[in-house]
Amino acid sequence: MSRIVVVTSGKGGVGKTTTSAAFATGLAMRGYKTAVIDFDVGLRNLDLIMGCERRVVYDFVNVINGEASLKQALIRDKHTENLHVLPASQTRDKDALTQEGVGRVMDGLRDDGFDFIVCDSPAGIERGAHMAMYFADDAVVVTNPEVSSVRDSDRILGLLQSKTQKAEQGGNVREHLLITRYSPTRVASGEMLGMEDILEILAVPLIGVVPESQSVLQASNSGTPVILDKTSDAGQAYDDFVRRFLGETVPHRFLEVEKKGFLKRLFG
Amino acid sequence: MAMGWFDYFKQSKPNSAKVAKERLQIVIAHERLDRNGPEYLPQLRRDIMEVIRKYVAITDEQVNVQFEKGADYDVLELNIALPERER
Repeated sequence: MSRIVVVTSGKGGVGKTTTSAAFATGLAMRGYKTAVIDFDVGLRNLDLIMGCERRVVYDFVNVINGEASLKQALIRDKHTENLHVLPASQTRDKDALTQEGVGRVMDGLRDDGFDFIVCDSPAGIERGAHMAMYFADDAVVVTNPEVSSVRDSDRILGLLQSKTQKAEQGGNVREHLLITRYSPTRVASGEMLGMEDILEILAVPLIGVVPESQSVLQASNSGTPVILDKTSDAGQAYDDFVRRFLGETVPHRFLEVEKKGFLKRLFG
Repeated sequence: MAMGWFDYFKQSKPNSAKVAKERLQIVIAHERLDRNGPEYLPQLRRDIMEVIRKYVAITDEQVNVQFEKGADYDVLELNIALPERER
């Protein structure tokens, strides 16, 4: 039985694609057969973050329209076994994603024995975002410690509770809050919303806090999901998040201001 | 004004995170009410405001329309804080 997880946020630029890439890689690293799907029709980017942009032949919409089979369109990830990428289409046709079509792709992946299907949602609350969340069992809501992101996350939570298949059937999409671009130093000085503040406002169980980190940009530059950078704080935080998602109890890290030694303070 | 050099170092920047939290709590509480209630709720609130304003000068914050879903029936609660009487 496949578990469908949407990575969503409402607001753009908070780290949905970075998170989808890291999350899917983390699941596959642990042996789960995983597919990660880019729902951002017209603005394909997951392929770049996953480093498979030059191997895109067919896309999500081709599969929906019957122009390619799932097998043809799925790209085997070169970094991680068990991981497959389904890129978004670059078409400008906004209605390319139909509920029926997306449902068929989900069924196809289920039949192929995928354990996890990670849906990378586009920003906004339009069709693409709606389709990304519709079939979800779980939702990872990515939030930055910043007013517009928190507000948009609350909007998205409202949609998860009303506009999904689970909601229509009287059930619930399991919600998980992932805070990204967190800066403990700025929280300590009172210029950034703290983790507790965000939790109090959104009232969703916390699954991880990813610190603001240079390694995220480096990872995207090279097309390597940041979770593979095991020495980086962001990579480690994403790894903790995946373990928690799979049911392990892992204490949160990177919440406190790092105490720098005298020499480090002098020389950075 | 005696603001010594010492104060310069401990000058407290306004805690903007606290302001952010308070603003978010208010706006999100409003938006949740709107989306949990029936679709006519925002318009109903505007209409009610308009009627009351015919008689009393009130601001948006002084009118609170709450919608609560109950098991058998839903409750629409209307709370209006009238301006203080001038003495």
